[in-house]
Amino acid sequence: MPSPLRLCVRRSAAPDGESLGTLVTLRLPSEVECIEEAVELVTRHCLAGQDATTKTRFRLQVVLSEALSNAIVRGNREDRRKWVDVRVELGPETIRLEITDEGAGFDPGAVPEPIHPDQLDEANGRGLYLIRKLVDAVEFNERGNSICMTLRRP
Amino acid sequence: MGFHQTKDASGVAVVQVEGQLVVGNRQELKDLVQAALDRGDQRLLIDFSRTGYIDSSGLGALVSISKKIREAGGELRLSGLNEDLRSLFELTKLDTLFAIAETPKQALASF
Repeated sequence: MPSPLRLCVRRSAAPDGESLGTLVTLRLPSEVECIEEAVELVTRHCLAGQDATTKTRFRLQVVLSEALSNAIVRGNREDRRKWVDVRVELGPETIRLEITDEGAGFDPGAVPEPIHPDQLDEANGRGLYLIRKLVDAVEFNERGNSICMTLRRP
Repeated sequence: MGFHQTKDASGVAVVQVEGQLVVGNRQELKDLVQAALDRGDQRLLIDFSRTGYIDSSGLGALVSISKKIREAGGELRLSGLNEDLRSLFELTKLDTLFAIAETPKQALASF
């Protein structure tokens, strides 16, 4: 049985004070069992009231699952004393997802291309590549423990 | 969410992925396939007709499973990928690594 989630979801006006956007925050423990429920919760908030295509829903689900998995497994190394913070800015044209762990960070530039013939048979190393392919923009903070993914609404 | 295992009339072990194939359940699928190999199953089909999404850990698990089956002298087919799921295989070039059929029926016929 997955452990019960202790999620906190807050809604408020967008940081610019305009009523056009919504800010959703969520904190989850470093347990892989929490990922799927967190993905569904965030996706539902992202697409609430929107006539979203199934493609947008799919992209959101996959990139959220990837980023949360990276944060929990690689960032926080499944240390249950550490948390993952999700911050979502919902605007009329974009969805901005920021996921931050408590790990030491990593150098995204040092991740090898998983589609190179030598890498194709490897079991790991496709997460960041998939994220880059499925969203419109990806940024990291300097420490490398926070990823920001932007999707343009269709 | 889970895996549903059956055996078709011709003896192919069929695993249906129901829900997601992700970091939280990939090991379960790997264990299930290993158990099938240990029982002597040589032909395996993994069907995604009832799958929502797959993450990179799930894709990685399929790569590992494919290797294991190859090493055991067996054969693996995948089927039932919708357009979104197929795009994950295409983006990662894994469509070149796996034998992918449109439907389980076509996959079974290809063994």
